[in-house]
Amino acid sequence: MDMLLLAELSINGVFVGLMYALVAAGIVLIYKTSGIANLAQGALAMMGGYAAWAFTAMVGLPIWLAIPIALAVMFLAGVALERFALRRMVGQPIIMVIMLTLGLEIMLRGVLPGLFGSAVKRLDVGIPNTPLFLGDLFLNRATLIGGSVSFVLILLAIAFFNSRLGIIMRAVSDDQSASWSVGIRVERAIAIAWGLSAMMATTAGVLWGATQGVDWSLSLLLIKALAIAILGGLDSLPGVLIAGIIVGLAESLATGILDPIVGGGTRDVVASVIIVLTLLLRPHGLFGREHIERV
Amino acid sequence: MFYRRAGIRHTRYQDERQLWPLPFDRRLAILIFLLALAAPFIVDRLYLVSYLLPWIIWSTAALGLNFLMGGAGQIHLGYGAVMAIGAYCSVHMVRAGVPFEIAMIAGGLLSAAVGMIFGAAALRVKGLYLAMATLAMQYIVDFVIIQFPAISGGTQATIQVPRVSFLGVPIVGDRPTYYVALFVCVVVTLFMLNVRRSSFGRALAAVREKDYAAAVIGVNTFRYKLLAFWVSSFIGGVVGSVLAVCYYRAISPDQFHLDLSISLVAMVIVGGLGSVLGSFFGAALILFAPILLNQFVGFLSSEFGLAITSDLRSHLPLMLYGAMIVGFLLWEPLGLAKIYANMRNYFLVWPFRHARQ
Repeated sequence: MDMLLLAELSINGVFVGLMYALVAAGIVLIYKTSGIANLAQGALAMMGGYAAWAFTAMVGLPIWLAIPIALAVMFLAGVALERFALRRMVGQPIIMVIMLTLGLEIMLRGVLPGLFGSAVKRLDVGIPNTPLFLGDLFLNRATLIGGSVSFVLILLAIAFFNSRLGIIMRAVSDDQSASWSVGIRVERAIAIAWGLSAMMATTAGVLWGATQGVDWSLSLLLIKALAIAILGGLDSLPGVLIAGIIVGLAESLATGILDPIVGGGTRDVVASVIIVLTLLLRPHGLFGREHIERV
Repeated sequence: MFYRRAGIRHTRYQDERQLWPLPFDRRLAILIFLLALAAPFIVDRLYLVSYLLPWIIWSTAALGLNFLMGGAGQIHLGYGAVMAIGAYCSVHMVRAGVPFEIAMIAGGLLSAAVGMIFGAAALRVKGLYLAMATLAMQYIVDFVIIQFPAISGGTQATIQVPRVSFLGVPIVGDRPTYYVALFVCVVVTLFMLNVRRSSFGRALAAVREKDYAAAVIGVNTFRYKLLAFWVSSFIGGVVGSVLAVCYYRAISPDQFHLDLSISLVAMVIVGGLGSVLGSFFGAALILFAPILLNQFVGFLSSEFGLAITSDLRSHLPLMLYGAMIVGFLLWEPLGLAKIYANMRNYFLVWPFRHARQ
């Protein structure tokens, strides 16, 4: 194995992992505030990609205007999702809530390609397609930029949890009824968390759309995001950052090293193996709080 | 009306504890069973093979999943993988010359063993984490089957199922195939109907409602969760082999992807968690609603000249699955079985609407 290829795989892997981590951060944000694992996060990313594409290609807006509008629309969509679907499920068993988000995922996966056509949409955000040569290293420019943007956004999300609204959300995640009694509007905090998480998903959808085009396969980000969220600990944003890098590295190295041996397909299974190993060895993840009920 | 209670007196405890205490329910069940038996001689061949047979097989699979999700309250997003293990194991054994009856059981046992390994995660964690573990199981089993040529026969390969016989009857033609599927379905249905009246079923119900409360009253939750996974995976493996031998006749890995798991979960939820009848309703709705909707859309586009793209038509089933899962969870969490129960209750107390059953 020559070192150059290894270095190339590692660097690309780290940045791809950071892009996965952006989707995972949305899952963590929702889990932190409302204790619900959102299995529709992949579909939200896909929806964001489609929204940005629709505003550029169908409405004809320039891309710098289309992305903020898509973000705003998706924020509202996230809030609406919480208000009209998730809030009705309060008090139901967790299995029902998980199934509801899975149902949303399936529905969006059908509705969006069905309405906009299932062919791959090109989303041009102005990143040139030419690869970047760093010495002898061959790097993908879209991945580099996407990874860096994700990194900054996740840092912003961590900082956000130290702002006033972020502290409110931390209080809600700690104890909903206690926050109620000190005058925090719990429903509003949860709705905002959904909106923010939908916005994060949109950014991820746009970044991924810029690298590989917008189509239904964006919703497959879900399994990778879940692996990252579980490995990092479902309620830890810094964990997402670290776990994202780990998962991205593992996936990239497995694809580069194992694929020639077993004949392809390892990319999809790395995330699953990480999920199973985490659950068996350290169910609360690397940085999560150890509060999983055990029986 | 119909479900009359008047004049029915149970004089022994046994009578109260029957499966169907009301004669009308009993007669209805017998009638439906007789109809199912006579179906190959009544309905057209096309309907038998393309509607009744898949309905029976998928209902049996939904029953197996319902045992876990509704009976024991454990979520499972990888049931398609469980069925794949059973299907591949039994098909390989049949090809090696093992009788189908033994191969079916062996497929079930292997599924149960693998299912239990992943279900062991359920013993450490639950709820959300269990969903993740089973989802990961789906991907890992898919990967193993596709990547090992000894199992799948190489990438993109399909394995033909040789002609086999079941209990001395060769499975050729439509009628024997149908009866084999019906036999397995009846056995699983009887098991499901009766298990809830046994101590095993009651222990599972206790685990489902609150596992530490169950532990407090002396139910070994560890043991019963594992047993639930074992039984459910066993049924899944057997159904997988029936599916391979009676319906597909040639298996390839893509028949058992995540789509199958999701449609099975949709069947259980749409039908009604924990309901035997609901599994049949749910399987029927999830299997046939996309077909009907597609025909309806085709009719609309041809009769009224509505422009409906092929993209839209090909994605209709997914939209419908998702919409049905979301809709039932929001408005009727107990599914079609609850709708039937409401109807039955209405007739039971008719004309006194406000009377309890």
